[in-house]
Amino acid sequence: MHDLLKQLLSNGTVVTDGAWGTQMQARGLPIGEAPDPWNLSNPDKVEEVACAYVEAGSQIILTNTFGASSVCLDRHGMADKAFAINREGAAISKRAAQGRARVFASIGPSGKMLMMGQTTEEELQASFEEQARALAEGGADALIVETMSDPNEARIAVAAAKQTGLPVVACMVFDAGKNKDRTMMGTTPEEAAELMCKAGADVIGSNCGQGIEGFIGLCRRLKSACDKPIWIKANAGLPELVNGEAVYTTTPQQFAQHIGALVNAGASFVGGCCGTNPDFIRAVRETLA
Amino acid sequence: MPDLSALHKAIVEGDAKASKSLTEQALSDNIDPLEIVTQFLVPAMDEVGSLFEEEEYFIPEMLLSARAMKEAMELIRPKLAEQGSEPIGRAAIGTVKGDLHDIGKNLVASMLEGGGFEVIDLGVDVKPEDFIQAVTEKNANLICLSTLLTTTMPSIKLTLDALRDAGVRNNVKVMIGGAPITQDYADEVGADAYGETARTAVLRARELVAK
Repeated sequence: MHDLLKQLLSNGTVVTDGAWGTQMQARGLPIGEAPDPWNLSNPDKVEEVACAYVEAGSQIILTNTFGASSVCLDRHGMADKAFAINREGAAISKRAAQGRARVFASIGPSGKMLMMGQTTEEELQASFEEQARALAEGGADALIVETMSDPNEARIAVAAAKQTGLPVVACMVFDAGKNKDRTMMGTTPEEAAELMCKAGADVIGSNCGQGIEGFIGLCRRLKSACDKPIWIKANAGLPELVNGEAVYTTTPQQFAQHIGALVNAGASFVGGCCGTNPDFIRAVRETLA
Repeated sequence: MPDLSALHKAIVEGDAKASKSLTEQALSDNIDPLEIVTQFLVPAMDEVGSLFEEEEYFIPEMLLSARAMKEAMELIRPKLAEQGSEPIGRAAIGTVKGDLHDIGKNLVASMLEGGGFEVIDLGVDVKPEDFIQAVTEKNANLICLSTLLTTTMPSIKLTLDALRDAGVRNNVKVMIGGAPITQDYADEVGADAYGETARTAVLRARELVAK
């Protein structure tokens, strides 16, 4: 195991961060606009989000680079800015952390489907390799490949991230099937664990897709399918519409109530995804204290 | 009736090549194109939808079947037009403003087409004005709005408001769908239906245009 991971895990369960996109929208990011270019145009606002999580007690914070691969940015005509956006994204989180938290830099899915020929393995590989290099250059302590649905794409991204020599976390999203225990492509937790480990992930897990209750079974299955530490970032339930806006109704306290069960199911890293905010992280820290 | 069970099988198994050549063959044998659609293609896509709901099929299998369906429809559509067959409805479909995720939208579009609709695919990140235009200029009588992201859910309401403000809301039915959407949400924003899966979307769509 990487020394960094050993060190983090030596003090028990590690608390990560919560959602970024909604935090950026609260700071003026228009709906539908890509958040990642803000690393260049509004770095102070991005740093505010990162700082808010450090202050809430996150021991690991992520970066505003989830959609910053060149394949993703191409949709916004900004593929040529990918390297700079990623490097600055890692640097911003690093500045905010000030040594109080570790920076695990985020790599999200391309949004294109390999099987439909919308992209190629070569294009994805080049795009993820560039992103991983830039994140490492910006000072990331580790990389996290997250919210992956397609096993092939996950494998390519993990392999690209591994080339930096940094520890790599790999997460898939299980939101399909009656029990919400399959990825959109039909992958089970057991299949996901095997492929992520084989691709070289140092930590495996799951994020997004459903509320925290649903992650307890997923976590147990991932844990028993491999010998890696498990990373879980759950949503704050399912959104409801209040005054025209999608609102997550799970409260930080309700969310934190499930953390104990998640840790019992084998989670080593816990945090939040869509609908969570720094208050959720504070509540999780209190629960684990 | 001719035996086109091989075509049915090609669609269910997602074999686009076989689907194309079997459709070509059927058309050159002068089989009624409408019959090909109603007797073979629609039941095949219904079966695909059921397999998805039974968790035999996931998105990859659905996409392959949709592609096989598309190959067949591209050959059949001009023939249907020639003989003056009217589609059961005209559906304008797109992901709402701000949302670029089109997998679900594409699946529903091909299922609707297989279900006998003329589909006007407006693509991704579709502005409310474009939906309005589809009603006023292309006579769409059904609008299908899709969103994957919770952050773009408000665009559904904005589109519905824009349709009302443009005075066309009563000329068209609106169905919504996507991962974060629920029946409650559909009721709250005043959509006419919620399509939970690609298959139920087609069932709801048929009900809506029959009303």
